Amino acid sequence: MRESSPLLVVEDLKTYFFTRRGVTKAVDGVSFTLHAGETLALVGESGSGKSVTCLSLVRLVPEPAGRIVGGRVLLEGEDLLQKSSAEMRRVRGKKIAMVLQDPLTSLNPALTIGTQVGEVVRLHQGLRGAPLRERVLEALRRLRIPAAGTRLRHYSHQFSGGMRQRVSSAIALSCAPRLLIADEPTTALDVTIQAQYLELLKEVQASAGVAIILVTHDFGIVAAITDRVAVMYAGRIVEMGSTLQVFDNPSHPYTRALLRCLPDVGLKREQLVEIGGQPPDLARLPQGCPFAPRCPERQPICDETYPPSVPVAGGHAASCWAAPGAKARA
Amino acid sequence: MKLEAIGLKKYFPLTSGFSLRGARGWVKALDGVSVQVAEGETLGIVGESGSGKTTLAKLFLLLERPTSGSLLFDGKAVGDFGREDFVRYRRAVQAVFQDPYSSLNPRMRVGQIVAEPLPRDNGMSRPMVAQRVAEVLQLVGLPRESPALYPHEFSGGQRQRIAIARALVTYPKFIILDEPVSALDVSIRAQILNLLKHLQETLGLAYMIISHDLAAARYLATRLAVMYAGKLVETGECDAVYAAPLHPYTEALLSAALPLHPSARRQRIVLAGEVPNPVNPPAGCRFHPRCPRVLPQCSSQEPEWREVKAERFTACHLY
Repeated sequence: MRESSPLLVVEDLKTYFFTRRGVTKAVDGVSFTLHAGETLALVGESGSGKSVTCLSLVRLVPEPAGRIVGGRVLLEGEDLLQKSSAEMRRVRGKKIAMVLQDPLTSLNPALTIGTQVGEVVRLHQGLRGAPLRERVLEALRRLRIPAAGTRLRHYSHQFSGGMRQRVSSAIALSCAPRLLIADEPTTALDVTIQAQYLELLKEVQASAGVAIILVTHDFGIVAAITDRVAVMYAGRIVEMGSTLQVFDNPSHPYTRALLRCLPDVGLKREQLVEIGGQPPDLARLPQGCPFAPRCPERQPICDETYPPSVPVAGGHAASCWAAPGAKARA
Repeated sequence: MKLEAIGLKKYFPLTSGFSLRGARGWVKALDGVSVQVAEGETLGIVGESGSGKTTLAKLFLLLERPTSGSLLFDGKAVGDFGREDFVRYRRAVQAVFQDPYSSLNPRMRVGQIVAEPLPRDNGMSRPMVAQRVAEVLQLVGLPRESPALYPHEFSGGQRQRIAIARALVTYPKFIILDEPVSALDVSIRAQILNLLKHLQETLGLAYMIISHDLAAARYLATRLAVMYAGKLVETGECDAVYAAPLHPYTEALLSAALPLHPSARRQRIVLAGEVPNPVNPPAGCRFHPRCPRVLPQCSSQEPEWREVKAERFTACHLY
């Protein structure tokens, strides 16, 4: 374990959506820590709460339906949930930056790339004129955008998918943030372009020392570039540990099932082990563990109470009644 | 029965804005592709966006006409088809698309959706249609009361089952699967992949699975065809291709696919550059500007498509 104090501490974060159908608990008590330079994967299916967790960290949950109803988000010791919206604007883009799934929708089609990268630098660092242009060029070059000088004047539709994602990463990294949140950054990209992008992301991370939260549903990406993994299901983290720990010794039945049900390029499987049932309806969560209806290791207690988080090894924990010692902790 | 494409080309005209003065150029979406699918086998077609996979599927489904080349069904060219041949073809070749949220009409009941491919004039009475619908819904594992419900009452995985049932209703021989699991949640993919495999075994279907997901393609395919910029670069028995790819593009594509364990992190071949512009593809081999093993002749001479080893075809100057 590291000595230094963590960059980010999230404690018992709860984000609910209040709709006519009832209260949807999109994020329901998520806690984790992240150190500088570390890469944490948030994995889960759609609706597991990974994207809402990220939006909560930067306080961009769509209001008024969505509200952060509890918890703390400490970035370098300061609670972001206590900040005013003016203060938050100085955090977003400067200390925490985001890269979203589809660069075609996250970039403005009516502004040149240079303007869009420049906007962030101008707002956060107050640069103008030649120094501003210099910083923008530097940001683009760092993500290896060829002919950055001419590309500045181009619009997003003149870029390919992979280049567009580099541009939005250049925007994100232009003010040297401490934390980069990448929400499915390669889902819209082809495999060979995905490989290029991941390679570049790792390189930039190593040189800039930025911590990354990578949201994905692809265990291949998790295995390839992350240090730690948090597996989410129905708004909670069900298992967390180092990437090796989680892959070698998956300790929550959901993680085990997920890893077994995926076809792997590396080997031919005769039959995939299915996970029965459907992902849960967040507005009608069962009282106990939400995975219980689909779980092969279901016990009577699973339907009554949500299981406590049980340590499996140093830095590795799972929330499951079947884990050894779970009942003693309850 | 066999489905075969010979030298299939599809060019789309490139017109400039509102001008009506003909094409400025052509998008060569598919530029001379020959593949075949035999009864009972699964041909996996892999490649990146813009490689022509979907255009190939559209040609097989008769949704587009080829610019040149021909499509043979049971030895007969589609160009020579009469009315009856078309009916027979459409019954034998069905499709399942990527997104079951957009491929099912939200205003139709599941019973109507599934019955739609059945020809109106072949004398099937209403009870017979209802019985056939019930049969295929049972085959794909949907509840008995499904025909009366609407698509929105089903989850993503169940919707894809409805789409599969619709494809099965005409007793097809060939099903074209265009990214059948890409739009589904990870935990649901295995259910659909297993179902497809099971249906193939019990009904003797042949599949053509188009996918950018190399792992899913590998799970189902017996033979693999790799496409790049409108051309085939390699075909062969699936396991053999995965074990020892011949073409440098296949090699790079397979190495870019991420294995499911951190200890399998390995040296990846990261290709520089991007998929070429289909309007002006590079001369010679279309892959040469990105190829890590490029030879002098690659930029001028187009490599010949030939059998390099038993049952292994590729177009590359290295062999």
